[in-house]
Amino acid sequence: MIGESWMTTTFGKLEEWAQKNSFWPLPFGTACCAIEFMSTVSSHYDVARFGYEVVRFSPRQSDVMIVAGTITDKMAPVMKRIYDQMPDPKWVISMGACACSGGFYRAYHVMQGIDEVIPVDVYVPGCPPSPEGLIYGILQLKEKIRRDRQKRRKGANADRAAADGSIAAA
Amino acid sequence: MPTVPPPTAPLPLLDRLPAGSVVPEEGCDQETWIVHREVLADLALALRDDAENRFDLLLDLCGVDYPERDERFEAVYHLCSLPLDRRLRLKVPVPEDDPVLPSLIGVWKAANWFEREAWDMFGIRFEGHPNLRRLLTHEAFEGHPLRKDYDPARRWILPQEKVYKPLPVPEGETDEDIFERMTINIGPSHPAMHGTFRVVATLDGERIVASEVEIGYLHRCFEKMSETHTWQQVIPYTDRLNYCSSFINNVAYCRAVEGLLGIEAPPRAVWARTILSEFSRIMDHCVCNGSTLVDAGALTNFWYLFQPREEIYGLLEACSGARLTVSYCRIGGLAADLPPDFVARSRVLLDSIPEFIDDVDRLVLKNRIWLDRSVGVAAISGEEAVNWGWTGPCLRASGVASDVRRDHPYDLYDTVDFEVPVLHGGDVFDRFRVRMAEIRQSLSIIRQLLDRGMPEGPYIVSDPHVALPPKDAAYNQMEAMIYHFKLIMDGIQVPPGEIYSMVEGANGELGFYVISDGSGKPYRIKVRPPCFPIFSTFSRLINGGTVSDAVVSLGGLNVIAGELER
Repeated sequence: MIGESWMTTTFGKLEEWAQKNSFWPLPFGTACCAIEFMSTVSSHYDVARFGYEVVRFSPRQSDVMIVAGTITDKMAPVMKRIYDQMPDPKWVISMGACACSGGFYRAYHVMQGIDEVIPVDVYVPGCPPSPEGLIYGILQLKEKIRRDRQKRRKGANADRAAADGSIAAA
Repeated sequence: MPTVPPPTAPLPLLDRLPAGSVVPEEGCDQETWIVHREVLADLALALRDDAENRFDLLLDLCGVDYPERDERFEAVYHLCSLPLDRRLRLKVPVPEDDPVLPSLIGVWKAANWFEREAWDMFGIRFEGHPNLRRLLTHEAFEGHPLRKDYDPARRWILPQEKVYKPLPVPEGETDEDIFERMTINIGPSHPAMHGTFRVVATLDGERIVASEVEIGYLHRCFEKMSETHTWQQVIPYTDRLNYCSSFINNVAYCRAVEGLLGIEAPPRAVWARTILSEFSRIMDHCVCNGSTLVDAGALTNFWYLFQPREEIYGLLEACSGARLTVSYCRIGGLAADLPPDFVARSRVLLDSIPEFIDDVDRLVLKNRIWLDRSVGVAAISGEEAVNWGWTGPCLRASGVASDVRRDHPYDLYDTVDFEVPVLHGGDVFDRFRVRMAEIRQSLSIIRQLLDRGMPEGPYIVSDPHVALPPKDAAYNQMEAMIYHFKLIMDGIQVPPGEIYSMVEGANGELGFYVISDGSGKPYRIKVRPPCFPIFSTFSRLINGGTVSDAVVSLGGLNVIAGELER
């Protein structure tokens, strides 16, 4: 009788559950890592198992940006612009050594890590990371969202308590 | 120019030119002439058109910087004559205070991007070039990074307002007519542009009437990086050129350095190199054809073609420990011995791959939608393609049977029996079919080599100046430990010299022009990336077609950004 059963939860918990289990990634793939990203979404590794399969190339429709590949100084304004176009809340996974730190390209045209221009939530090392590595990074992002939510709830409760206290004192 | 006696070469061409303006250089790996820049334009035209020369293909053009010379720069042209099967290198010295050369676009259209690259990297100006802008670095970049006095880590920041905004104007129209037109920007972050290319197209309805291609979004400074690392340390960088078939790049680079050292890899390594190169070629063609079909909307084939690739990854991982960027070659052999089940695993692959290929063939070859999207799209004649510098499967789809594996056999290709598939349409459909046929040929090559059996013996040369001694020797013997230390700390000592060495990459002729000055690091490495001249034709291919044709034709060219922009 599932149609007649009911449950109680808070709206925040429901939102968190929905959010972390159905990401719409924007693959900002430029180089070798993009090939491994393709392997990750292909049938063998099948990232759909984790609710990540709705790959969107429009920043307006996506909420996690996976930067896969080297970002050069020429590409940096493009990446920043696309990040700015994504609606909140949004996250960034930096896939591979180049995106994390410039990798072994300590060179005149390569950005030494994308965190020079945009904030990063999860760094996935490797050159390129194996699909397992990327999937682990994805799971870490879920974990991060859960923790952040918890922290925010606790913070809100503390604020409310403090506010209640101040009213009582007055 | 040093003063030297007039050339004595028997070619009538040289007699026609002023004495001393062209001097053959002795002791090179291939025929080399030192050319005075005054006669370069005439010489180039004669080399292309004379019946005894017919150098129809400009393979490569690069600069080299020699700060200690009177004439600081040198432009190096690599030419190839397909009908006569001859190769020639021209070296043109250029002084620093007046770095000007005549543009050769009128002779070989392939010179267009090569000259822009030489301007970008060395500051050599090409007079008569219609659009001598920077090609690889960005708009706010200052200086010429491949000059020896440029700091490898000196970066320049590109602010948003300086980003280049081209406005291609159709021929015969002025800026005012463009008011009636619509200009759209596709890329660099656009699914149809495979990550890093940018096309700005001016449209008439849905037809493209003018377009401009912008690249450099993945210029990772491979050539500068290789000058700051030892010879072995360059191998991982070569992986990341054409990352769909990394192993072929490894082989090409290691063969070039082996040529300079005058050594040969042992038979076991050569056998493995040939087999794994062919597996890499299959992977590359799978990616190319799979993504072309995706661009045309046929998603199923993408999954079908990615499965064999995933299985070949398994084999490469068993050999090298990495899936994509394998770094499995070493100068003088391989990084490690082959796994014991190498032959058995390869045979399993040989049995399973044809099924996927046949499935895709059955799905698309008679498919009305795919035929409408690909037949006659972005077509080019063989002659024109050669003038643009094309090689490889794309050229073979235009009816020119040129293949390095057959014309200049290396490794074991002269001992195996294979065909070079040639088609004559020159369009997206024939490029697709040539690649499918090549996959079958590669499978046949691998089968022949497996039937021959794995050669016994070492997987790398035993010369302690080139290959690391075995680990137990390094731990237990003083001499071996010293060799190990010297190789790790100083690298391989390659004698001074230069070489151009080529293999058949998945996209065409992959050449490495390597110069050593004996210092323990490469003096200059220039890659001849096969897709660089091919992609320089892109504007010509898509003008006149629709936007959706442009998307499909990009997939069919198999342009890999890592290799294109290095």
